[in-house]
Amino acid sequence: MLENIHILICGGTDCHNADAKGIRTEFDRQLELHELTGDAKTVITGCMGQCEKGPIVVVYPDEVFYANVKPEDVEEIVTEHVKNHRPVDRLKIKEPIDYKKIKNYSELKFYSKQKRIALRNCGSINPTDIKEYIGRDGYQALGQVLTEMTPLQVIDTVKRSGLRGRGGGGFPTGLKWEFASKSVDDQKYVICNADEGDPGAFMDRAVLEGDPHSVLEAMAICGYAIGANMGYIYIRAEYPVAVERLRIAINQAKDYQLLGKNIFNSGFDFDIELRLGAGAFVCGEETALIASIEGERGMPRNKPPFPAVKGLWGHPTNVNNVETFANVPVIFLKGADWFKAIGTEKSSGTKVFALGGKIMNTGLLEVPMGTTLREVIFDIGGGIPNRRKFKSVQTGGPSGGCITTKDLDTPIDFDNLVNLGSMMGSGGMIVMDEDNCMVDVARFYLDFTVEESCGKCTPCREGTKRMLDILDRICEGEGTLDDLRILEKLGNMIKDTSLCGLGQTAPNPVLSTLKHFRNEYIAHVVDKVCPAGVCSKLTTFSITDGCIGCTKCAKNCPVGAISGKVKEKHHIDASLCIRCGACKVACPVNSITTKPMGWEKEERHV
Amino acid sequence: MKSLEDLRKLRDEAKRNMNMRYVKGGVRIQVGMGTCGIAAGAGKAYNKFLEEIQENDLKNIFITQVGCMGECAFEPIVEIIEENGTHSIYCQVTERMVEEIVEEHLMGGRPIERYLLSAIKR
Repeated sequence: MLENIHILICGGTDCHNADAKGIRTEFDRQLELHELTGDAKTVITGCMGQCEKGPIVVVYPDEVFYANVKPEDVEEIVTEHVKNHRPVDRLKIKEPIDYKKIKNYSELKFYSKQKRIALRNCGSINPTDIKEYIGRDGYQALGQVLTEMTPLQVIDTVKRSGLRGRGGGGFPTGLKWEFASKSVDDQKYVICNADEGDPGAFMDRAVLEGDPHSVLEAMAICGYAIGANMGYIYIRAEYPVAVERLRIAINQAKDYQLLGKNIFNSGFDFDIELRLGAGAFVCGEETALIASIEGERGMPRNKPPFPAVKGLWGHPTNVNNVETFANVPVIFLKGADWFKAIGTEKSSGTKVFALGGKIMNTGLLEVPMGTTLREVIFDIGGGIPNRRKFKSVQTGGPSGGCITTKDLDTPIDFDNLVNLGSMMGSGGMIVMDEDNCMVDVARFYLDFTVEESCGKCTPCREGTKRMLDILDRICEGEGTLDDLRILEKLGNMIKDTSLCGLGQTAPNPVLSTLKHFRNEYIAHVVDKVCPAGVCSKLTTFSITDGCIGCTKCAKNCPVGAISGKVKEKHHIDASLCIRCGACKVACPVNSITTKPMGWEKEERHV
Repeated sequence: MKSLEDLRKLRDEAKRNMNMRYVKGGVRIQVGMGTCGIAAGAGKAYNKFLEEIQENDLKNIFITQVGCMGECAFEPIVEIIEENGTHSIYCQVTERMVEEIVEEHLMGGRPIERYLLSAIKR
C-alpha cells in the first residue's frame, strides 16, 4: 500500500542534535496509536538548510513546514494535521523555505560542517577591488586598533584569543608578538611567510588570491603592536596570480591611505613590500626565509637568538604565516572571546585544510578545531571513490605522518596530531586508499626532502639520502629485515640532531609508516611482495573468486596475458603479465588483487 | 582617508553598491579565478560571458572574478546571484555551456539544473 502522507524529518547534523530521531520515534508511535500507519510514513532527510530553526518537519503533500518541533508537539501534528487535515499554525515556519535558495543541496552538505574565518571572503568578493573588501568590514579592525587601542592591548587581545601559528608549529601568536615588542630597537620588521611549499597544500595561495587585503590589514595591526613600520611578504614566484593580486592590493591600500604614512591620523606609518622566493622548501623555515630576503643563500641558522630578538638585518622581526594573519582582523572585529569559543580549549579557531588524494571532493575546507578526521574525510570530503577502502591519511606533508583508521575519530588539533606521530603542518591532507603502497608513499616524501635539504647540516644532508637509498632497495625487492631496524635508528638520529625543522621532521613519514604499517614493510622485505601492487618488481596480479566473467580485464590487457570464458572466472598468466595494472583499473567488481593469499585475514605483528 | 569615520562611510557606500549588484541592480556573476580555476579554464569562461553579454546586449549584469571557493575538483565554477538572492552554482563550465547558461538562465530565467553543482556532485 502506498502512503498518501509523507512526513519528512530533517536529519541534518543540527536537527539530529536537536533530537530529530526522537521525533521520528514519537511520530511512528503516534501514527500507530491513531491507526494511521498505512496512510502516513516518516522519512529522515538530509539537511534542509534551516538549521537554526531545527528540528524541521515537513508534511507532504500539503508541503507544510514546521520548525522547532519537540516530541511533545508530535501528537498535535498527527491528530490535527495528519488525521483532520488542519495544519498546526502554531508550529508553522515563519518564513517558508525558499526552494530556490536551497537548490544546491550538496553545496550545503559541503559547507554545513565548515566554519569560514580565514576564508571568509574567498570566493565571494573581487580580490582586485579594495571596495569589496571594505564593504565586508575590511580595514575596520585596523582603524579601531590604531585609534582606540594601545599596542599592549592589541597583544593582549591576540593572546586572549588563543590564536596559534597556522604554519605548522602552532606557537601562540600573541606570545610571538609580545617577544618582538619587548625587544628594544628603533627598526623592527613584520614578515608574512607565504612560502607555501608542501606538496598538496594550497590554502595560503587561496587566501592570497581570494582575499589579499585581509593579510595586509593584519600585518599593519601586527606592525602597530610590535612597533614595526615595515613589512615584507615573502612569497614564492611560482604563485604568479597571488603575486599579481597582492601587488594590486598593496597599491590600492596605498591609494586609500590605509598603508603608508600617518594611517588614520594616528601617527603610525606602515609599508609593505613583496619579496619573491625561488620556491625552496627550506625557505619556509623562518631563519632561512630571513636569510633569503637579505639576499643570502636560503639556509637556516641556529636559534636562539630568535628572530624576535635578532631577525632581518639584525633587527627584531616577527614572522607569521598567511593563514595566521588572515585570522587576525576577525579577532578584533568580533572579539577575542568569540574566537576563543570556537575550536578546542588549547587550539582555538579554525583550520583550513587542502584535501587531496583518493577523495571524492578534492578541495579546500575550513573547519573548527576539534572536528574529527572522519567528519573531514567522509562527510565533507565525500569519502573514497571507486568503492576502495580507506587506508590512511597523511597530514602535515613531508614533515607529517600517516594516521590510520583506528585514529579517525580523533578531534583535530595541534597537540592531538603530534601525539599520533604526525603534525598539523600547514594543512595539506592526502587521503590514501588500499591501492597506495605505504613504503612507496614514505619514499615519495623522503625523495622530496632529500631534494629540498639545503645541505648545511650533515644529519639532514647525508642521513635522509641514506634512508632514501634503503627505501629504494626495499621497493626493488632487495631489502632485508635489518634494513627496517637501520631505518628506525637513522630516522630517530636525524630527528634528534638536525639543525632546523626540515631535518627534524623529515623522517616522520618513514617512522610513522614503519609504526602503523610494519606488516607492509615486512611483506616487502621478507615475502618480496607489494600488497598494494605499486612496486612493480614485487607485484603479482591475480583474480579472485569475485570475478563475474565480464571479460573487461582481458580486453584491456595490452599483452594478452588474461584468458577466460564469458561469465567464468578469468586467469592471469604471470609469465606474460607486465604488471601495468590496466586490468585492475578496468575491473568493475574490484576482483583483481595484488595481495598475497590470505593477506587480509592474517594479523601480523613483528 | 584619514579617520575611522571616513572608512565607515566608504564601507557603507561599498556595501550599498555590492547589495545593489546583488539585489536591485540585477545579476552578479562570480567566476572562481584562483590558480586552480584559471588552470581549469575559468579565463575562457569569463571571456565567453563578457562576449555573450555584449553580443546579446544584456543590461544590469555585473561579472567579477573571485578567489577559490574550495570546490577545486569541480572547477571552473561560476556562481550566479540573482535579484531575489538565489545562488546558482554552475560547475565544470565550458564555453559551450556559457552560451546555454546565458540563453537559458540569464535571458530565459531558467537555471539549467543539470549543470548545477548539486546535480553533478554527490
